[in-house]
Amino acid sequence: MSGRRASRIGWNALGLLVFLVMIFPVYWMVATSFKEGRNILSDTPQFFPNPVTLSNFQDAISRAYFWDVVRNSLIIVSAVVAVSLVVAFLAALALAKFGFYGRGAFIVLILAVQMVPLNALIIPLYIQLSRAGLTNHLSGVIVTYLTFVLPFTVWTLRGFMLGIPKDLEEAAMVDGSTRFGAFVRILLPLIAPGLVATSIFAFILAWNEFLIAYVFLNDADKQTLTVWLAGFTTQRGTDWGPLMAAATLTALPVVIFFLLIHRKITFGLTAGSVRG
Amino acid sequence: MSQGPGGETGFPALTGAAAAEPIAARRRPRSLGTRGFRAVSPYLLLAPAAIVIVAVLGYPVYLLVRLSFQQFGLAELVTKKGTWIGLDNYSRIFHDELFWTVALRTVVFTAIVVSLTMLFGTLIALLLARLGRFMRLLLTTGLVLVWAMPIIVAVNIFRWMVDFEFGVLNWTLTKLHVGDYLNKDWFADSKTGFAVIIALIVWGAIPFVAIVIYAGLTQVPAELVEAAEIDGARRWQVFRDVTFPILKPIFVIVASLSIIWDFQVFIQVWLMRDGEPEESYWLMSIYSFVEAFRLGEYGFGASIAVVMVCAMFIATFFYLREMIRTGETR
Repeated sequence: MSGRRASRIGWNALGLLVFLVMIFPVYWMVATSFKEGRNILSDTPQFFPNPVTLSNFQDAISRAYFWDVVRNSLIIVSAVVAVSLVVAFLAALALAKFGFYGRGAFIVLILAVQMVPLNALIIPLYIQLSRAGLTNHLSGVIVTYLTFVLPFTVWTLRGFMLGIPKDLEEAAMVDGSTRFGAFVRILLPLIAPGLVATSIFAFILAWNEFLIAYVFLNDADKQTLTVWLAGFTTQRGTDWGPLMAAATLTALPVVIFFLLIHRKITFGLTAGSVRG
Repeated sequence: MSQGPGGETGFPALTGAAAAEPIAARRRPRSLGTRGFRAVSPYLLLAPAAIVIVAVLGYPVYLLVRLSFQQFGLAELVTKKGTWIGLDNYSRIFHDELFWTVALRTVVFTAIVVSLTMLFGTLIALLLARLGRFMRLLLTTGLVLVWAMPIIVAVNIFRWMVDFEFGVLNWTLTKLHVGDYLNKDWFADSKTGFAVIIALIVWGAIPFVAIVIYAGLTQVPAELVEAAEIDGARRWQVFRDVTFPILKPIFVIVASLSIIWDFQVFIQVWLMRDGEPEESYWLMSIYSFVEAFRLGEYGFGASIAVVMVCAMFIATFFYLREMIRTGETR
């Protein structure tokens, strides 16, 4: 028994070590963002910020265009989430709750399009948008973001809908409800958590995107937060303190949302694919 | 809720169809309407998604393939019309020494990143299964935090950690007497530069792999493992002969997704090199991007992208086959 206990302690110690190694870069970002400039640029790294200062954050948010790019990111992300959620909801409903000719083909299509790399599509997308005169417009970026957000949303929502037992709907219909009534009263409340999780994940995907915004949005006041953050680094002699503060601010909404929903998303993704 | 002739409200197309046959509709309003609704409505529900996918994905893919057969440069961007040159772009690729260097580098890079990700991801998943409840929660939370890091943030963190003057890595390596790393510029040589880039990508990819494989591990019936242990199997044998075969579908999916993601790595290299990567840092995605957006050779860039996509589809053949089966049966 004591041998088992010893091995449990050994495994836990290893677990702690892995945890520390994995988390260190994140810790280093946050720690740096609270340090004073002279403690950041010191020959011996300071492992705990002392004294703690908020000046890096003040510096970051008072930089040129910070509020412009935050607003742009929010506009783009909300539009993408709204459009893809409505469209994907309808499609997922069809795929999960109806049997029809061509259903299998559509599912394969949804999976296959997620494999097409954005890097490859950026050339035709750019030419298409420049023909339509939509480069340097947020609307062009919103439309292009649907290329990767929509297939993902359809797939995940379908997974959530498959997770709802059919008996529940049928029971409601036997009770004299129409299919639509059953849908509103039974399906919708059950699917609501899945909808929230999916929209948050769509938010994260769109919030994190860099390449499309980087290529399509040229003016400094039209860019998104990620492009603005990348611009930080190209100035000679990087200001690591404000940069790490800005990076922390960029990651913060994503981290909060992701901690809330990652379990659900793992379920939504695997409900369709892993459990065969 | 009112019962219209279509059996459902709010679907004008269906109500109209039923009204065209008033007698039949009156005699059996519910069943006919329901049947009509059931037959047509999935297509109506799919229509918006199908239209969006064709417009923002289907058409660009078609355009990409067409571009790859065209001479399409900056002049053509203005005139909006490319010149058809057949397979010239492709024959240029296959006679281009730089392309082969870049392609080989991309394959080696992908192989290293995917192997390391799968190895560490699996080891951490197996570790998670052996931890106490508190440590497991702690490690999972740490993994999820790393998973949540936006790429652009992760790139900046790693740039800062390997900074040649004040980076924590050089200080630590020197203190640990690994060697004299003071003021070492990791990017001066593309080998050490790629080591940093690979570390960054593997670090960011481990959480997904570890968490998904761990989720799979919890599904493996404990009786099977116990039976194998009673039969005297060692831990490694249990993993090889019991756990792995059960989890094989998950491994195939995770490995295929990793190949797809790592084969097209762009941002990490691009930003680590300040948006001007030297030729020794080029991967296929970068080569294609530079040709298109730096040199204005959109046609040639497109043909590199097509080759890249084809290579990816071949590399993930088994995954695709599995996927098509999934689509057919469900």
